[in-house]
Amino acid sequence: MTITKELGGSAPIELTPKDFKGLADPDWCPGCGDFGVLNALQRSCAEMGIQPHSILTVSGIGCSSNFPGYFNSYGMHTLHGRALAVAGGAKLANHELTVIVTGGDGDGYGIGGNHFTHTARRNVDLTYLVMNNQIYGLTTGQISPTSSVGMKTKSTPFGSVETPLNPLTSAIMNGATFVARGYSGDPRHLSDIMKQAIQHKGFSLIDILSPCVTFNRDNDHSFFKQRVNKLEDANHDTSDWKAACELAMEWGDKIFTGVFFQREGASTLEQQEPVLRDGGPLIKQMNPLTKEQGSKIINALM
Amino acid sequence: MSTGKYDFSIAIGGAAGQGIATPGNIVAQMMARRGLHINAYNAYQSIVRGGHIFLTIRARDDFSRSHGDKLDLLLCLNQDTMDRHLDLMVSGTRVLFNSDDINPGTPASGVELCGLPISELTDNSRNRLVQNTVALGAFMHLSGLDFEILEESTRQRFARQGEVVVEENVSVARAGYQYALENFTPFPIPAPLGEKPLAIWTGNDALAMGGAAAGVKFYAAYPMSPSTGVLHWMAKNARDLGIMVRQMEDEIAVANTVIGAAHSGVRSMCATSGGGFALMTEAIGMAGMMEVPAVFINVQRAGPSTGVPTKTEQGDLWQALGASQGDFERVVVAPFNSLDAFNTMPELFNLTDQLQIPGIVLSDLLISEGTSTVDPDLVDVYPEINRGELITESTGSKEYMRYESTESGVSPRALPGLEGHIHIVATDEHDENSLLISDEFTDPHKRRKMVEKRARKIINLENMVPSPSIEGEEDADVTLVGWGSTYNVIKDAIPMLKESGIKVNHLPIKWIVPLHKKTIEELLSKSNKTIIVENNYSGQFARYLRSETGITADGYIRKYDGEPFAPHHIVEAVKEQLAGKTKISVPYQEIMV
Ligand SMILES: Cc1ncc(C[n+]2csc(CCOP(=O)(O)OP(=O)(O)O)c2C)c(N)n1
Ligand code: SF4
Ligand SMILES: [Mg+2]
Repeated sequence: MTITKELGGSAPIELTPKDFKGLADPDWCPGCGDFGVLNALQRSCAEMGIQPHSILTVSGIGCSSNFPGYFNSYGMHTLHGRALAVAGGAKLANHELTVIVTGGDGDGYGIGGNHFTHTARRNVDLTYLVMNNQIYGLTTGQISPTSSVGMKTKSTPFGSVETPLNPLTSAIMNGATFVARGYSGDPRHLSDIMKQAIQHKGFSLIDILSPCVTFNRDNDHSFFKQRVNKLEDANHDTSDWKAACELAMEWGDKIFTGVFFQREGASTLEQQEPVLRDGGPLIKQMNPLTKEQGSKIINALM
Repeated sequence: MSTGKYDFSIAIGGAAGQGIATPGNIVAQMMARRGLHINAYNAYQSIVRGGHIFLTIRARDDFSRSHGDKLDLLLCLNQDTMDRHLDLMVSGTRVLFNSDDINPGTPASGVELCGLPISELTDNSRNRLVQNTVALGAFMHLSGLDFEILEESTRQRFARQGEVVVEENVSVARAGYQYALENFTPFPIPAPLGEKPLAIWTGNDALAMGGAAAGVKFYAAYPMSPSTGVLHWMAKNARDLGIMVRQMEDEIAVANTVIGAAHSGVRSMCATSGGGFALMTEAIGMAGMMEVPAVFINVQRAGPSTGVPTKTEQGDLWQALGASQGDFERVVVAPFNSLDAFNTMPELFNLTDQLQIPGIVLSDLLISEGTSTVDPDLVDVYPEINRGELITESTGSKEYMRYESTESGVSPRALPGLEGHIHIVATDEHDENSLLISDEFTDPHKRRKMVEKRARKIINLENMVPSPSIEGEEDADVTLVGWGSTYNVIKDAIPMLKESGIKVNHLPIKWIVPLHKKTIEELLSKSNKTIIVENNYSGQFARYLRSETGITADGYIRKYDGEPFAPHHIVEAVKEQLAGKTKISVPYQEIMV
């Protein structure tokens, strides 16, 4: 158990990925893409020197949403699809926390789609890591909003006929200010993107290609390994949303990973919130009504 | 000086867009400033223009609880109002109307028709709303009030619109006053002066203010009638009071965001109506499982589904009791009226914080949108705040377990961000140290232990809130049992029944969970005849009471037409039940809207 390391008030001077190892060992299937995501986040947080107790990891429900249990930080393992809504409230109430939201494609783009749209446009300072395996893993293999046309699953034994959702173009259209794609098979590159995302002030999405080795044989590591191309090599301007969308639509021989779009300097919701303007986080403003406030609201009734 | 003699009701009827609210507010405010007790009920429709709106304002020199039974003055802003309501007017009443446009029809004998030649009195003003102001002037004379009182109110109300508007309004109001003085007979009892000016509020104001007084700093909402007033109050006062107010994408987001903020340690709440509450229910279960305290207000309206958005009902009792799957601890409270709603909020927050459970408030349109006066000295905006076992600072080196199985079942709650208290909260079943039981292995003994730990928290709940008691005479012919918003109307009906020689007392139930079963059983065992009064079709409270106590009432009074009970509905129903005519009375709503 790693929390002992912080007890007694003396914070560890240098953090290692091990300091972010959670209480439970992952029970993901051997080879599951989500291991790479966990490793990458542990490495990112250690390298950035963020203390575990100042991080809050929030997830929904799914294989990928079990993440907070495996990561040493404060955590909330919430309801299927609701991670962003819960995380937004937690962040607004204490914006000193680094809030990282973790979950799956079904969780975030399907059942949680409405929150995805609106949390992005509000530009709440959250880092959203979606482990996109194009399938519902935990419920043993049904199509998800990102499953490819023709994909055969238990709920589509004759092949899916639905057009998949593109998380990146959706996020850009929704107003997200940092939009990236990572690949769990390249944790080092993923970790680089994560660090930028965490550093970014505002809503950041990293859609992470994170294969489900048990239920999605179409999109496994061999599929991705030969297609994944780093955007860094494509000479892409991340302030150009149109170019970002075009690159994000590419899903053939080439699938790009890296930062597609970033808008810097956009105000976050916390920055615009009037009650946070002069005080610290809301949690530190929990005072009862003052005499002046009390008489003001009573006088308004007279 | 309370003589208990003055009991005056004015109704203003017209279409949406005819500006009923302004004369309504002016009348209510003038009366409240005189220290008269006001109770107003607005029967309206879910449209912005047209339709029929009927605002009833009752003013008394004694405590006023419901909008009463009778009208003294009817102000018709359109023909429709005249046609619908004239036959409610009995001898001694007055009907004010614009005689240029409205044809009065034939009233009952003794009704004074007070037609106002609006065009003549206003030099043909084209302002559509001018008839309201003229009528207010006439109202002053009829009520024996000095014109200067209206003049002052008018000047205040229109001040922001500039001198020209102010003068125009004052001058047409004076014309109305003058015309009335020359042509109409004032009411025999002029509006008296009460002890001191009273405050005026709606139930939604009271719920919001109660939250603010309780220390709420995070409020989220998705607009839904009749709960939207809470959002509006919060939004208006947010900056002054340091409350963060967020309008979300739906009620699912509202409830989840509120729980997120509450988990960070901020007192958080939300309000909605039944449909929105349905969307919140999965999250309410999450608050139960994660042991995060937060308050969810359901302002009931007539259902099911979209139902009757602007009408009242007590139809969501079982929805609150059954909100969310599984077996978990919650508090459900149904305040009686606005002041009680205000006081309930800090009380409920203290409970939910101490027990780390969700709290549900059942208000309804009658309370929430009803306007009433309150003695400002009774509104305690500095209540005691008890946040329970909350760890807000890093402490020694003891190993922290979020769900430690303590004797009380309550585990000290550390806020995220503290050193040395890292933990997970989860909707999956978990052990004392937040390890997911469902992930690791399924362990029936651990599961049982955690279920029992959470359940222990509320073993003592009944003793934490006041138990119900009989109000009124000990040895009564009938005991009326009500819950929530029927409180006021039952209180008004009892003296009326007494006048007819029927002794009735009242057992009002506010705390639904915990239900003080033993107390209720004891109290009702002495009742000669128990009648349960509720604003729904199926007798939701009657069924709940029976399921919890085995008590079957002797009779029932129910109403489910969208309108609240008036005192005479209760009176007549009790009489017919005592006469053995029926066991279930469903009073007929006379004032059709
Ligand atoms: C309201 C609700 N509906 C359905 C479920 C069942 N459920 C759990 S996880 C899941 C899908 C998970 O898919 P995804 O989010 O892609 O996560 P993955 O397991 O693939 O990582 C579903 C449908 C649930 N827990 N709650
Ligand atoms: S089912 Fe798929 S997503 Fe779930 S743990 Fe196994 S490999 Fe990973
Ligand atoms: Mg998935």
